[in-house]
Amino acid sequence: MFKKLSNIGDSAIVCDFGENVNQSVNNGVIKLFNYIKNQSALRNIEGILNCTPSYNKLIISFDLKITNSKKVFNFINSINFSNLNLDQNKKKWTIPICYDFEMDLTNMSKKLKIDKEEIIYIHSKSILFVYMIGFVPGHPFMGDLDSKLFLNRLKTPRVKVPPGSVGIVENFCNIYPYESPGGWNIIGKTPIKIFNNKNNLKPCLFSPGDIIKFKSISKKDFESFNND
Amino acid sequence: MTDIFFKVLRPGINSTFQDEGRFGLQHFGVPPGGCMDHKSFLLSNILVGNSKNQGVIEFAYQGPLLKLIKGNTKIAITGNTHFKIINSNKNVLEGACNRSYDLKEGDQVDILATKNSAYGYLSVEGGFKIESFCNSVSTLVKAQIGPNGGKKINIDDQIIINKANKQKNNYKATISFDSANTIRVLKGSQYNYFSDESKKNFFSQSYKITNLTDRMGMRLQGPTLKNIINTNIRSEGITKGAIQVPADGQPIILLTDHPTIGGYPKIANVISADYDLLVQKIPGTSISFKCIDLEEAEQLYKKRYDNISKIIKDIKKIN
Repeated sequence: MFKKLSNIGDSAIVCDFGENVNQSVNNGVIKLFNYIKNQSALRNIEGILNCTPSYNKLIISFDLKITNSKKVFNFINSINFSNLNLDQNKKKWTIPICYDFEMDLTNMSKKLKIDKEEIIYIHSKSILFVYMIGFVPGHPFMGDLDSKLFLNRLKTPRVKVPPGSVGIVENFCNIYPYESPGGWNIIGKTPIKIFNNKNNLKPCLFSPGDIIKFKSISKKDFESFNND
Repeated sequence: MTDIFFKVLRPGINSTFQDEGRFGLQHFGVPPGGCMDHKSFLLSNILVGNSKNQGVIEFAYQGPLLKLIKGNTKIAITGNTHFKIINSNKNVLEGACNRSYDLKEGDQVDILATKNSAYGYLSVEGGFKIESFCNSVSTLVKAQIGPNGGKKINIDDQIIINKANKQKNNYKATISFDSANTIRVLKGSQYNYFSDESKKNFFSQSYKITNLTDRMGMRLQGPTLKNIINTNIRSEGITKGAIQVPADGQPIILLTDHPTIGGYPKIANVISADYDLLVQKIPGTSISFKCIDLEEAEQLYKKRYDNISKIIKDIKKIN
């Protein structure tokens, strides 16, 4: 259940679930997100343009020609939270990763004082939860990694990180959907296309709330991987 | 039937296909995008008799030079734009914005520059034959999403027009150019993160728009805004018009192609009624901010909407 509702400018509102961030808080955010999205599709609430869940907040933006903050506040205040289903739409994925494409394991091993093999082992055993997707299209923020792998961002971000690269910062893991600049510690690469700009029905592989586990593959399997 | 099409002889600086935007995908990291200046976008479509969300070409600063290789069409250019129409018999016509024109096979339209503004729009009757992605023909160049492979319009591209020119008449709209440099805002989610002096400066001093300005954001330069709580916040969803302040204290206004999630505190949000005015400001312009409340912002939006409806109602046939 959210703690506070407030407006963001004149055409969005934020449902704030409090300062704590964990999977249970984020589940609440995603539950409300799914509900609003469904209600909007059923046209039980008009004028909603976007719902953006993050760790502990849900931002709902709307068309000021059709609705306003007050109407959206009223709709949200009328929701009976105990009736919302927690597990709707949650999918489980096994994502292939080739650790041979790491770029930072040597430094990580030094900083963390753990063998490279052990880092890979801990990462590949982790059950990760998609807290949110964004910044750029398709980019997932997944947690929680074992605190043994806690690392800060690179001091100097790379100018180019190849698409599919899997990175670690603090207790989160990401996948770069495009070649882009980036400051995460790169431990491998997945051949899976996580955002498909040709797929009209479902351009993004993951949804907020999905469960991810990585599976180690060889360079040979990586190269012969077929995205179709 | 052979296609009616333009050939791009010069693409311009940043010419892309845009419509009202691509909604309902922000939870996948896709911002709404779409046209920067909605009013000019809308009028370009209305002037050639299109539906109001037809895709058009948006250009910035210097626009494209297009040659109509096959067929006839009707066009309109909106914004505050200097352009010429060069007929196939070499007659040169100085173009006027906010009216429609007939183009014949072999004619060229040369969009030279936006005047004291950033964006302009070129519509054609019936629209362009372009591919839609998730219910929109907006181009998000950074993620290569949208028509034309998600890319800017390029030299030698062929731009196909959906159908032949049917309407006989041409129309014009009367629009006054809004030159105000005061942008009205509502207080942001982290307004109280800033020192009293910074809050005072933000609303009393002016901020210069720097060259680091594009469809994603507008970087400003002015009195440093001192954060007294935390210069980073937990990443949260972003809406267009949010004014975020990174650790260096210089504000950035997030615009149409903004990242969907961000972790900088926001001092204010530009009201919807002033968004089109803001995006048309060019680097070097000094702007100032005025704080208003939500109710006033909603009234101003309604007033603006009524004003646009009136402009549309007053569109006249050219004899």
